[in-house]
Amino acid sequence: MRKYLPLIWGALMRKKTRTLFTLLSLAAAFLLIGLLQAVNSVLSGGADFLGANRMITQAKISFTQPLPMRLMPQIESIPGVEFVSHSQFFGGVYQDPKNFFPQFAVNPQRLFDTYPEWAMPEDQKRAFISTQDGAIAGKTLADKFGWKVGDIIPLNSFIWTQRDGSRVWQWRLVGIFEGRDQEWTDRANLMYLNYGQFDEGRSERARGLAGVFVVRVKNPLDSERIAAEIDKKFENSADETKTQSEQEFQLGFLKQLGDIGFIVNAISGAVFFTILILTGYTMSQAVRERIPELAVLKCLGFTDKTVLGLVLAESFLLCFIGALMGMILATLTIGALPAEYPVEADSGVWIFAFFTTIFLAIVVGLPPAWRAMRLKIVDALAGR
Amino acid sequence: MSVTDKSSLFPLVEIRQLTKAYVRGKQVLEVLHGINLDIPEGDFVALMGPSGSGKTTLLNLIGGIDSPTSGELKINGQRIDDLSGDELALWRANTVGFIFQSYNLMPVLTAQKNVELPLLLTDMNASERKHRANIALQLVGIADRASHKPNELSGGQQQRVAIARALVSDPRILICDEPTGDLDRKTADEVLTLLQQLNREFGKTIVMVTHDPKAAEYAKHTVHLDKGTLVDEASH
Repeated sequence: MRKYLPLIWGALMRKKTRTLFTLLSLAAAFLLIGLLQAVNSVLSGGADFLGANRMITQAKISFTQPLPMRLMPQIESIPGVEFVSHSQFFGGVYQDPKNFFPQFAVNPQRLFDTYPEWAMPEDQKRAFISTQDGAIAGKTLADKFGWKVGDIIPLNSFIWTQRDGSRVWQWRLVGIFEGRDQEWTDRANLMYLNYGQFDEGRSERARGLAGVFVVRVKNPLDSERIAAEIDKKFENSADETKTQSEQEFQLGFLKQLGDIGFIVNAISGAVFFTILILTGYTMSQAVRERIPELAVLKCLGFTDKTVLGLVLAESFLLCFIGALMGMILATLTIGALPAEYPVEADSGVWIFAFFTTIFLAIVVGLPPAWRAMRLKIVDALAGR
Repeated sequence: MSVTDKSSLFPLVEIRQLTKAYVRGKQVLEVLHGINLDIPEGDFVALMGPSGSGKTTLLNLIGGIDSPTSGELKINGQRIDDLSGDELALWRANTVGFIFQSYNLMPVLTAQKNVELPLLLTDMNASERKHRANIALQLVGIADRASHKPNELSGGQQQRVAIARALVSDPRILICDEPTGDLDRKTADEVLTLLQQLNREFGKTIVMVTHDPKAAEYAKHTVHLDKGTLVDEASH
């Protein structure tokens, strides 16, 4: 087949501008398909406890359903559990509704035990532990709003009201944390609030409840077993739990928006259909223009099957170059995403793109290739 | 009908009671009616006749790019009228070289790559193909333009490249359909002289369709067709 390459390449280069634009369209389509499938691959992946030393225990019904704090010692008693902390989503905005960022009410000491990845000076840690209305902010966040230690940060919660009916909670900034490495520093755009003021300030009936429990295990290899044990412990109780890896839990937030997998696949399908029509038209046009040339090849002794193969090869070459360009761009784009977006163009995404390309090349290449194969030399040379 | 006194010559092309009919809608149009013709090896035959006389159809049948409706067509003793599509393609690759009025070169390939095209069907490696193509280009006197694409060549040069392409696989028959139809007189004479030289010096059997009596003079024999029937022959 290699000896035919100049012929196939020459056919593609016959109309350079058209081929270039088709390649760019293919590249754009596969960039989108690559990105969407990378997201889909993460969303559709099953619970992966491999290497997870931290898990989240939430109410089985939904993570919005709180769990009683009394569950915490029972979780702690399970062999293999190292630390347990609790966390409640606060849902506040700073000054303006546009200034939304994640805030969680936590027990400071338990937070430091379960999240050793956060780094901050010891005196600030101690201040957070001992200050009832204390809060700590990630450096990224503090830099964004120009906060410094000692500032009072008012947060207007759209979830929690104080006993006096006010939704505005004042927090004293006692520390600014960073990550222990660049990956975690990039994630430092959230805020932790001392659970003390939070629990005291909210209504009586909400007290003593935690949003979720963060479970740190001694050995990541035991994660799956421990998760199963936790859930089994509270099975058939009023507070059934669902324990999953931290990553899986984070994806649960996204899934609340709807069937993301379906949406992603639907968009991918629309992109594929569009590129199929576009490339199909280009291929048909390219072959239609070359009917006399294909007839000459047959005159020279090229068989019908060889001509079919040449046109199909042209379609494959066009689709593969475009798809490769798009997938390389998608991989580079995904690589440049901040660490909090846990998507990656893994082998599954590339395999999906590979088979999509083959399917595309066949669908767009076969009709013109079939036409080329069946053309009658005499008619084609006569322009009929 | 025989095109020459060739009792001592081996008939390369043997045509017996050949007919060709086309179906156009519900109408059946017979364009060749029971043609009988022998062309000996090494001959140079000009097929002449008015438009619609069937000369190009006859040429296409001899070249194996069209199939007769009935009759017998033997080339070098082999019946080609009952070969399958793939067998006919292989036969064309080994036996016939085509030269067209409008050259029909691949516009995206250089002269040399155009000439190499028939050799892609062989087992030759790239350097062998290149070598053979260069020899063919030298033979037609255009080796210095080997790296040029067709749009960088004059009409006469393009036709020379087309002749080199037809020759490169060393076929026994050259099929020429109005090879000088798009050329001026001087260039046409040069191309016809080249064909004559290929016939005389290399023994190539040439069957050429032409409207031009001057072009026909370069052939050894002229066969006239009218309304699908051979009407006359002349030797030069």
